[in-house]
Amino acid sequence: MAIDTGQEVGPNAVPVRTREPAKRSLPGIGLLKGLGVTLKHMLQRSITQQYPDEKPNLPPRTRGVIALKEENCTVCYKCSRECPDWCIYIDAHKETHPPAAGGKGRSVKVLDRFAIDYALCMYCGICVEVCPFDALFWAPDFEYAEYDIVEMTHEKERLEEWTYKVLPPPMLEIGAEPPAEEPPGVAPIPAAEVGVPPLAAGVPPASPPRTAGDSPAPSAPEPAAATPTSAAAVAPAPAEHMEVEPDQETLDRVLAEELAKGTDRRVAEGRAKAAAIRAARKKAGQ
Amino acid sequence: MSHGLLLTAGQSFVDGWFNSLWVVVIAKAIIVLVFVLVAPLGVGYMEHKVLAHMQHRLGPMYAGRFHGWAQLLADGVKFVQKEDIVPSAADSGVFSLAPAVVLVPYIAIFVVIPFGKTVWAVNLDVGIFYVLAITSVSIIGIMMAGWASANKFSLIGALRAAAQLIAYELPLILAAAAVVMQAGTLSLVGIADAQHAFWYVLTQPIAFFVFMVAAIAELTRPPFDMPIADSEIIFGAFTEYTGLKFAFFLLAEYAGIVAFSAIASVLFLGGYQPILGLHIIPGFFWMSAKVGALSFFIIWLRATFPRLREDQLQRFAWVVLIPLALADIMVTGVIKVLVK
Repeated sequence: MAIDTGQEVGPNAVPVRTREPAKRSLPGIGLLKGLGVTLKHMLQRSITQQYPDEKPNLPPRTRGVIALKEENCTVCYKCSRECPDWCIYIDAHKETHPPAAGGKGRSVKVLDRFAIDYALCMYCGICVEVCPFDALFWAPDFEYAEYDIVEMTHEKERLEEWTYKVLPPPMLEIGAEPPAEEPPGVAPIPAAEVGVPPLAAGVPPASPPRTAGDSPAPSAPEPAAATPTSAAAVAPAPAEHMEVEPDQETLDRVLAEELAKGTDRRVAEGRAKAAAIRAARKKAGQ
Repeated sequence: MSHGLLLTAGQSFVDGWFNSLWVVVIAKAIIVLVFVLVAPLGVGYMEHKVLAHMQHRLGPMYAGRFHGWAQLLADGVKFVQKEDIVPSAADSGVFSLAPAVVLVPYIAIFVVIPFGKTVWAVNLDVGIFYVLAITSVSIIGIMMAGWASANKFSLIGALRAAAQLIAYELPLILAAAAVVMQAGTLSLVGIADAQHAFWYVLTQPIAFFVFMVAAIAELTRPPFDMPIADSEIIFGAFTEYTGLKFAFFLLAEYAGIVAFSAIASVLFLGGYQPILGLHIIPGFFWMSAKVGALSFFIIWLRATFPRLREDQLQRFAWVVLIPLALADIMVTGVIKVLVK
């Protein structure tokens, strides 16, 4: 039977669950209760904020306007490439810094123009998310309407001014997990090597300003230094890395064998070295 | 009967000021007109504020600098500035006359409403009869608006309004009849005067209930606002109206609230009779306070209850209110005879 009538008769009939019959009360009591609700709410304080007179107290993560901390920007173009609206304009040129002592000069990108067209921006925040060097921040200000649409494009000077409005991030809730950037067990990257302390909060006014000269360089070691620790965390037991000297005896033997087979000398040397290290590990393991 | 004749012979406060009959008539007309144009603004402002606060809002706060007291005046100025549009398919003469036909009866009602023992324009022997007869005229204006607009929503709204009037005029009159039986006079001044000992809401609570429900339905106010149900038929008979004509309809609605509150105050709440014998405060203030309280009640209902469906609305009048009012009249008559 496809149609379930909800009423089953017979010996196996399950008692149909009915709702508890509503308590009969005087007719019209519900209407009076409704009147009571509206009267109660009339006597309560209204929650209206009279906006132009009374400014709203917006939370720190409000997506009001995007601020640019120019000295953190390395002109990596990630923000402008990820922007769904293509509303970020970046112009830059390359400068070659003379080497400290001999060697090749270091090339540095210098920001000429950074502009966000708020007439196009849809406040998705992807640029703030992708920025690897904490150059972009949300500020809760929203009163920047203009009569001319051209004025809605904020150049970097204006974007820099918005950084003064950036609020410190809210406190973590009690019992919340610690932030992922700073796992408590992992030793922080040595400050001397990186140039800045690990970006704990990412608040531009709070973090010590970096000078424009060393800003591109120090960030490079960060990913490299982070890789081994993260790999160790993911894979539980890879072959333990041991520094061993290649076994000279094996090396000579395998090299001679490979050369006898007519293998190319470069390939033969590689195979020989690999075999020598394997042998040396084996020996060390025992 | 002699009691009623005596009251008719009484003088209103204006009669003593001037000797010429025509000057007295003109003075009374001006007083009534000013009252009808000002009092609805007060009720309209009250509606703004009460509805807002019942929804945790503030309502108008800017016009006039202090809590938006001048909001209704600002609205009036805005309505005057609006373009006066008459649809090309509309019957323009009837279309333009309709707002006046709706508004004038409510002005005419205030001629007989007593705001004090001597504060009235005319003390008609048949005051309540006149009032109830003339309130029915405004439905003609709504029908005119509905048919002349050449708009199906207007027509549906007008016909709903007419059906609602037929349904609710009966309980309204029957409830008033019970009071008239108890007071023994049709004069509104006489009815108010007869309540010097106790208010008729104490002896006629059922009639009061029926009268208030029917009055709200007559005004097509929520929860009986089927004729202007904005989610179904836009704004009913007023859909095609703009500018000052539309403002007239709104003014008529608020004048209607004041009028029916005033009638109910006179019939059931003792009119200008003071509470607890506080004769120090003039009757005019007592009457105004009662009218204000009943107007607040009507606005309160709007904030609280959803709209009745058309069939529920008709059923409620014919199945509940009319039998209730008839039974009330019967009981009143029996008690009246027994007490005599």
